[in-house]
Amino acid sequence: MYTLPNKLKLFSLILVVVGLIGLIAGFATTPSSIEEVKEQLAAHDAHGGGHGNAHEVKNSHAESAGHGEGHETKSHGEEAGHGDAHGGDAHYEHVLHQLQNKPWASLYIAAFFFFMISLGVLAFYAIQIAAQAGWSPVLFRVMEAITAYLVPGGIIMFVILALSGFHVNHLFVWADPEVVAHDKLIQGKSGWLNSWGFIIRAALFLAGWMLYRHFAVKFSRKQDEDATGNKWYKKSFKISAAFLVFFIYTESMMSWDWIMSFDPHWFSTLFGWYVFAGLFVSGITTIAMITIFLKSRGYLEFVNNSHIHDLAKFMFGISIFWTYLWFSQFLLIWFSNIPEEVTYYITRIDDYKLPFFGMVAMNFIFPLLVLMNSDFKRVNWFVVMAGVIILSGHYLDVYNMVMPATVGASWFIGLSEISAVLLFLGVFLYVVFSALTKAPLLAKGNPFIEESKHFHY
Amino acid sequence: MASKVIQAFYTDDDVLMDAVKKVRKEHHHIEEVFTPFPVHGLDKAMGLPHTRLAITAFMYGCLGLTVAITMMNFIMIEDWPQNIGGKPSFSFIENMPSFVPVMFELTVFFSAHLMVITFYMRSRIWPFKEAENPDVRTTDDHFLMEVSATSENVDELIGMLAETGATEIKVKDKQGDNH
Repeated sequence: MYTLPNKLKLFSLILVVVGLIGLIAGFATTPSSIEEVKEQLAAHDAHGGGHGNAHEVKNSHAESAGHGEGHETKSHGEEAGHGDAHGGDAHYEHVLHQLQNKPWASLYIAAFFFFMISLGVLAFYAIQIAAQAGWSPVLFRVMEAITAYLVPGGIIMFVILALSGFHVNHLFVWADPEVVAHDKLIQGKSGWLNSWGFIIRAALFLAGWMLYRHFAVKFSRKQDEDATGNKWYKKSFKISAAFLVFFIYTESMMSWDWIMSFDPHWFSTLFGWYVFAGLFVSGITTIAMITIFLKSRGYLEFVNNSHIHDLAKFMFGISIFWTYLWFSQFLLIWFSNIPEEVTYYITRIDDYKLPFFGMVAMNFIFPLLVLMNSDFKRVNWFVVMAGVIILSGHYLDVYNMVMPATVGASWFIGLSEISAVLLFLGVFLYVVFSALTKAPLLAKGNPFIEESKHFHY
Repeated sequence: MASKVIQAFYTDDDVLMDAVKKVRKEHHHIEEVFTPFPVHGLDKAMGLPHTRLAITAFMYGCLGLTVAITMMNFIMIEDWPQNIGGKPSFSFIENMPSFVPVMFELTVFFSAHLMVITFYMRSRIWPFKEAENPDVRTTDDHFLMEVSATSENVDELIGMLAETGATEIKVKDKQGDNH
């Protein structure tokens, strides 16, 4: 049995407290009126010099597009030159909305990022059971512990989604009745994109995932107590297969609802797969990192470096799969250059050049070169280092999906972003490691456990 | 000096593995082992060094990528940068996404084909190559270990190999070195 070290408890508590304070400070320092925005921008210009000015110029083009509520990101070219005509307070009002969105968006990104890790692990776990994998059962308890975050993380997600869906904040433009009233495109989509539908779907997805998690873990514990006839194992096999079918549908719809609807004018067919690849690789990376941590503390003596090697191969392979989807989405849209689709990438390349391309380097080039060598995949610190880069890269990936539509060019990775990550990291660590204490670290009833213990590659 | 080889036949890969380990332990030199199928872990037991084929494959891949980039940069950007459907051919990076499929395929093409050719060359395999089978049964259900021997220690070696479970032992004059 694993016991939660006091140090870890304290560490996660500190993270939560620091994150919470930072986030509250982030909310408190958002401007509440146009005058404050003007003051802040003036101060920023004074300090920021050229950089600040560049932002200003861009903003005045982009946001004078005239539709007032400019949550949607517009192509800059559209109204370039007419900036002055509309000018005036409309611009500042737009910046005000972006700045007010910023702490909310940071909260949303961090909440989703940690939730997607546990969801990715849940999918991986179900696949391992349904595929009757012989190598991974020694890691099942680690996976079960990581998916424990699914419940609190899912509830947090649900609350944030409900608040946004009912327009407590301005994260989703389609939730704003005033915007919808003037927007034919969103009106056409309101059969799907409406507050109640959004909330009910979220509740359904979350309930399905949590239900599977609950029973899979329960059956796994029962199998430990009574392995005769593998009764519980067979049950978990069946529900895992059923869950995977449910998962791939709901995950796809979840990605439309929770991420793609930030840009309700834009759509992409492989978006669900793209989000899936991101959450899958983050989940696998987290399994590898927590396994290495526990092993270094002497808790997993039955895990050998072949298991780490296999996890690292998955990290490598799925990173490339993610890149394949990222590039497929990008290439098709860039190549055909249809205005209604391409604005998505134009805003990202114009305003988010470094995070947008930096994330591709972190999620593709780095794991490609570091994890290609077979020997390196067995070296723990190599895997951990690659893992840190992959996880940061996928945080940035979510950042790039959410921020451009919510805060536009006013983005910055500052107090509220970092605090939100620390807050959820603290909660995540606490939940995962206290879940580890709830059961023995070896799933001894699993029929493949002996094979898994002697797995070598 | 006419040196000799002793050919020991086995009918089971587990027995063969044990025999290989024993012969290595007694510090006799194993010339070659012939098996009808890959025996997992045999290379380790024989103490063969790791293959470097994967490293060559990586280098060939880099070569393929370079060829692709150089080729398309010259053709599409430098030699005749015409406007094809509005694609920006002012610099390589601007039009890079449309080159990626070719870059990828050429990397894989070079990596795979040159690696296979390297493998053929290193293992000396070609269409009209004369087979080097010491005994035809080794392609079906027999395993054969060749141990080099001098005329002094032949009897001692035969005795040892018989103990390892060899079903048949032959002493032969060593052929000209064909490795």
